[in-house]
Amino acid sequence: MGVSKVLTGNYAVANAVKLAKVQVVAAYPITPQTTIVEKIAQFVENGELNAKYIRVESEHSAMAACIGASATGARAFTATSSHGLMYMSEVVWWAGLGKFPMVMAVVTRALAPPWSIWSEHNDVLAHRDCGWIIFFAEDNQEVLDLTIQSFRISEDEKVLQPVMVTLDAFILSHTATPVSIPNQSDVDGYLPPPGSRRLPFILDPANPLTHGNLAYPRNFMEFRYEIERSMGNARKIIVEAGREYGKITGRYYDSLIEPYRCSDADAVLICMGSSAGDAKDAVDILRDEGYNIGAVKLRTIRPFPYEELRDICRNKRIIGVVDRDYSFGFGGIMHGEIKSALSDLHIPVQGFIAGLGGRDIRVEDFIQMGRKLYHIIESGVGEFPPIWINLRREVFR
Amino acid sequence: MSISIRDLPLEEYVLLGNAACPGCPASIGLRMLGKALEGKFILVVPACCTSIIQGPYPKSAIKVPVLNIAFAASAATASGVRAGFEALGKKDVQVVVWAGDGGTADIGIQALSGVAERNENIIYICYDNEAYMNTGIQRSSATPYGAWTTTTWRGKTEFKKNVPLIMAAHRVPYVATASIAYPLDFIAKVRKAAKINGFKYIHLHAPCPTGWRFPSDKTIEVGRLAVLTGMWVLYEIENGVFRLTGVSKSLLEKSKRKPIEDYLKLQGRFSKISDEQIDLLKRHVDELWMEYKHLMESG
Repeated sequence: MGVSKVLTGNYAVANAVKLAKVQVVAAYPITPQTTIVEKIAQFVENGELNAKYIRVESEHSAMAACIGASATGARAFTATSSHGLMYMSEVVWWAGLGKFPMVMAVVTRALAPPWSIWSEHNDVLAHRDCGWIIFFAEDNQEVLDLTIQSFRISEDEKVLQPVMVTLDAFILSHTATPVSIPNQSDVDGYLPPPGSRRLPFILDPANPLTHGNLAYPRNFMEFRYEIERSMGNARKIIVEAGREYGKITGRYYDSLIEPYRCSDADAVLICMGSSAGDAKDAVDILRDEGYNIGAVKLRTIRPFPYEELRDICRNKRIIGVVDRDYSFGFGGIMHGEIKSALSDLHIPVQGFIAGLGGRDIRVEDFIQMGRKLYHIIESGVGEFPPIWINLRREVFR
Repeated sequence: MSISIRDLPLEEYVLLGNAACPGCPASIGLRMLGKALEGKFILVVPACCTSIIQGPYPKSAIKVPVLNIAFAASAATASGVRAGFEALGKKDVQVVVWAGDGGTADIGIQALSGVAERNENIIYICYDNEAYMNTGIQRSSATPYGAWTTTTWRGKTEFKKNVPLIMAAHRVPYVATASIAYPLDFIAKVRKAAKINGFKYIHLHAPCPTGWRFPSDKTIEVGRLAVLTGMWVLYEIENGVFRLTGVSKSLLEKSKRKPIEDYLKLQGRFSKISDEQIDLLKRHVDELWMEYKHLMESG
């Protein structure tokens, strides 16, 4: 079953990359991601990981190099955060739209100005639409587990899309907690041999193919539909990969969402990333106070857990969505998506905006949100515009 | 190393029915590249004329594997391809970037500088048609002084960026210039580059009838005049040692060079250039030759 070590989220990623026997790493530093690529550099230089390590001059080049490596059939990895992700954005799209399997860890961090190094999800959510499978991890164990599973999912011939594993800045990236590390032999059996992928496109002079040349409108839409089919397949493959992973580790992941005390709940709070644990604590406390409430953690945002959410939310009286992100002139991004997914169920979906730029979302904040949901049910007023949690309103007077 | 045209393979790697303009220098250069490496290479192509020349999906006019990539990303992508092959134990494949001057001298120069500094084992070829031709003849930093483009209607007011010398400043094992009008010189350089481990940069002058405004049967003639007037110079810098090559070897004496007006007058892009501008251009060319002379003597 492996060993247990005290690891930061970033070191959990690095250990997973080592276990996955990644063959090409392209890396550029950015806070708070940097310790991932530092640790991997150490693994490579110590001979613990036999990979080519390309110390590129920018994130744009990091992703471009991963695309090049992926095009040869090699297993590729990079990591970034915030401005790094935005700077590489053009090629992030290229990787997703070109169906290049690879894994990227993204440490969620607010975009500037003003400068911030703390967590916010806008960096990742700006890349919802580019053909990447996107996971949000709750804790360091899930960070390690997801990173390993992601290589299997990404390289599955029914998927062949890149995968992003995201972890929240500092709350996970720099906080050390016990993490169980599986045996190398178990991971070797779980993942396909690195470099064994052949489909759909491998650079090979003996079999010359052109990737990415001009497609006229009569051919173009099918490329897009192919990605959507892969995303559809990924729903099943992600669950399969999570179940098979349970067989080697005892830790089973069998849904795109993780519901907590939802079955008899009237109200459900939906969140993602590192605050899911606090949401669950708040649910326990509110249950003791007599509130019939549950929580749902989104594990993926792409593919979007449409059916799973509808199944959980179907008979609820109200849903709350906690966004650590914001779309200006619209509202919380996941609030909008979830409200749309549930639209025909005629349940009020209340948005909460919390934790922007790393402001703490405390257990008591979730308790307040839970009570607010009940207040809305009881008053029968329907939902309010998104509620900004702990906004210092005196600043605007 | 002398190469005869009879030694080149008969096999074509740029196929009929490609989408190049008539007289296109990029397709001429690509054809020579294919023959030089006998098809044993991977082509990484950023946004440039060759994005179009290779033809639309589901066909391709290029008989080697082509990985198309975003404008600024070709050098870094090639380093990833090389790393992937090495990880997989495939060492006998050349990885070649084929990029235009915009993708090299402008938007791609950061990634290019990165691969040069890391001395990645790839060949980077810039086919230099001296403007953004694929988008309709906008000036690039490689456009020469005085040239009309659709963003310099009165002629460009700055001189051409000297990318080969920028690359030489990275102290890479091999930097060369070439011209599509001197195919054997170009092929010899590609073959030499293929034998060198580390980063190789070849800057291929590529006169473009569409953008330079000359008849499409004059591509080679204009290319030759660029070299014979000294506006373009054939050389290589191998492990820091500068050497003129081909016909340029005999042009160090200014008197041996044809007047640059012979080159300019064939091209519509210079039709409005003034005598004062020509004088400035001449002085610039003389200065470049002084620089090369100095490099020869110090090498």
